[in-house]
Amino acid sequence: MSMKGDTLLLVRDLKTYFQTEDGVVKAVDGVSFELRSGETLGIVGESGSGKSVTSLSIMRLIPEPPGKIVDGQIWFNGVNLLELSPEDMRKIRGKRIAMIFQDPMTSLNPFLRISTQLMEVTELHLGHSKKEAYQHAIKMLDMVGIPEAKERVNGYPHEFSGGMRQRVMIAMALSCDPELLIADEPTTALDVTIQAQILELIKDMKRRLGTSVILITHDLGVVAGMTDRVIVMYAGKIFEQAPTRELFKRPANPYTKGLLRSVPDPAHEEGKPLYQIPGLPPDVAHLPPGCPFAERCERATAICHNEFPPFVEVNSDHWSLCHFAEEVYKESSRLF
Amino acid sequence: MQNGSLISIENLKVYYKVGGVFSKKVVKAVDDVDLQIKRGETLGLVGESGCGKSSLGKAILRLIEPTEGKVIYNGVDLVKLSARQMREQRKHLQIIFQDPYSSLNPRMTVGQIIGEPIKTFGLAKGREVEERVQELMEAVGLSRRFVKRYPHEFSGGQRQRIGIARALALNPEFIVADEPISALDVSIQSQIMNLLEKLQAERKLTYLFISHDLRAVRHLSDRVAVMYLGKIVELASAKEIYEEPLHPYTKALISAVPIPDPEIEANRERIILKGDVPSPINPPQGCRFHTRCPFAIPECSIISPELVEIKPSHRVSCIRISKDHPDIKENAAKGLGVV
Repeated sequence: MSMKGDTLLLVRDLKTYFQTEDGVVKAVDGVSFELRSGETLGIVGESGSGKSVTSLSIMRLIPEPPGKIVDGQIWFNGVNLLELSPEDMRKIRGKRIAMIFQDPMTSLNPFLRISTQLMEVTELHLGHSKKEAYQHAIKMLDMVGIPEAKERVNGYPHEFSGGMRQRVMIAMALSCDPELLIADEPTTALDVTIQAQILELIKDMKRRLGTSVILITHDLGVVAGMTDRVIVMYAGKIFEQAPTRELFKRPANPYTKGLLRSVPDPAHEEGKPLYQIPGLPPDVAHLPPGCPFAERCERATAICHNEFPPFVEVNSDHWSLCHFAEEVYKESSRLF
Repeated sequence: MQNGSLISIENLKVYYKVGGVFSKKVVKAVDDVDLQIKRGETLGLVGESGCGKSSLGKAILRLIEPTEGKVIYNGVDLVKLSARQMREQRKHLQIIFQDPYSSLNPRMTVGQIIGEPIKTFGLAKGREVEERVQELMEAVGLSRRFVKRYPHEFSGGQRQRIGIARALALNPEFIVADEPISALDVSIQSQIMNLLEKLQAERKLTYLFISHDLRAVRHLSDRVAVMYLGKIVELASAKEIYEEPLHPYTKALISAVPIPDPEIEANRERIILKGDVPSPINPPQGCRFHTRCPFAIPECSIISPELVEIKPSHRVSCIRISKDHPDIKENAAKGLGVV
């Protein structure tokens, strides 16, 4: 086990490509980051940015073909996951790294009782006997706030509401006390009052179990309230990476800046038109040679269209992929 | 017709029978709603899934038949109109859907999709139709070059623009926008919100903006109605709903909205509601929110509260709130779920 603050996960130059009719899609293209023990890291981005493919790569759940991790390293507690045999990876997946998805129904088997599905995990990974596994399943359901856990453990997934199913998913993900929890849009399908419950639950579990979390979301509000550090992805690349407060206060990338300004903020609503990033997200199968955001960027100049931008460290632990990172950073003061 | 109402909804009910032919189960999706929509305003309608907001929007246009009640538009009760009479009114009353893809015919070109209502209603002919289509495409920010393309060739945001252009084709006065930005990416959402505002100013449109995204509703709406299990529980200006919500449900809803500001988030007190929204098949007796309300008292399970004016232009449906006591002070036995 790692100590709080140590590096738990180190992703180096990860490249995950997909073969499509339209050509090679570089869904994740040279992504590097680090996650410290006990930390919550947010990965934000719009559809096609590569945020989900990044997490699926860490879990080694990329469907192959059409996808393939073509390069890079994923160091988890000193072990490169990409070098593990499928069998060794299975021992880590679900036990030491667990994942929850947007739609719990994609990971719960509709024909099996909740108890069966929860027991399977601890019987496999912790060597629980049937009895131990059953007791543990009840304990986990109780911990994630399922009322009458003793009775409900025998129910089927369809007997649970969306929010309750997400709790079951979390119970299942945490049942082996993993070191890392990857939550991919865990509240996107939920109503706002239920979202608040689930986010509170994730925070509470983190406090109690010390789990490190990677939270993948498109919602900047969720990121603001939940994370210690943030990665902003666009077109398969990390565009910006910073401690959360710093990122919101002093973004150093025009894309991040545009994104922050285009979200209505009820705490600072002024009734003015929202900032809008012009144009559409790029076609990742046919990226231009320069910066993938150049076409939509307010301050793009010739160099942006021709040369791929550098990843600049503008402050300690704060990086931005931009030819003008320093300037953008200096201009940024409080945006709202 | 009072003080500039464009549409006046009175005692509107939308009930669905569920289960088999002999089933007596009824979903009261909209249950006795009174609501005025003022000319030129954007009225936001918020609530969680199953609260009836979408049913209400569709019932106004009779895309769902109301079970009871009136929808008065220009002095005419739309509910009483024959199908043919209603068809005439549809020119003035349009809708934009959440998923433009499922509402656009995949075998028609963009030009045909936008031109169809113009032809059907005989608003223009031949060359003139094409001109109007191109005007509309420009108005919603679509290049004229796309006129011969099919819906699948467009991104989600562009498809929503097509849906908006089609809704505008007959020069309507009133548009129900039913979750128009929910399926879109963040950077595209702001484009569509700005487009809706621009079109409203240019064409003097009145919107009913239905959304579960409370940040978008706050931004776009003049007034906001909050729905819970078929009833409107609070109605006020957008500013008041966000800054001084009175109904316990609205308070919880507003407090649950994540704010894109880490410093505010770090110091926020959230009201976390317990449990799920109850089934609309058997909604709780009395106040429908009492099962989740941190302030509920025994009477709440018996008395159905009326939507009454507590402050000027601020109506609330809660027996614990009155003009003299707009704030609920003491907590109920269940305790306040503040985290």
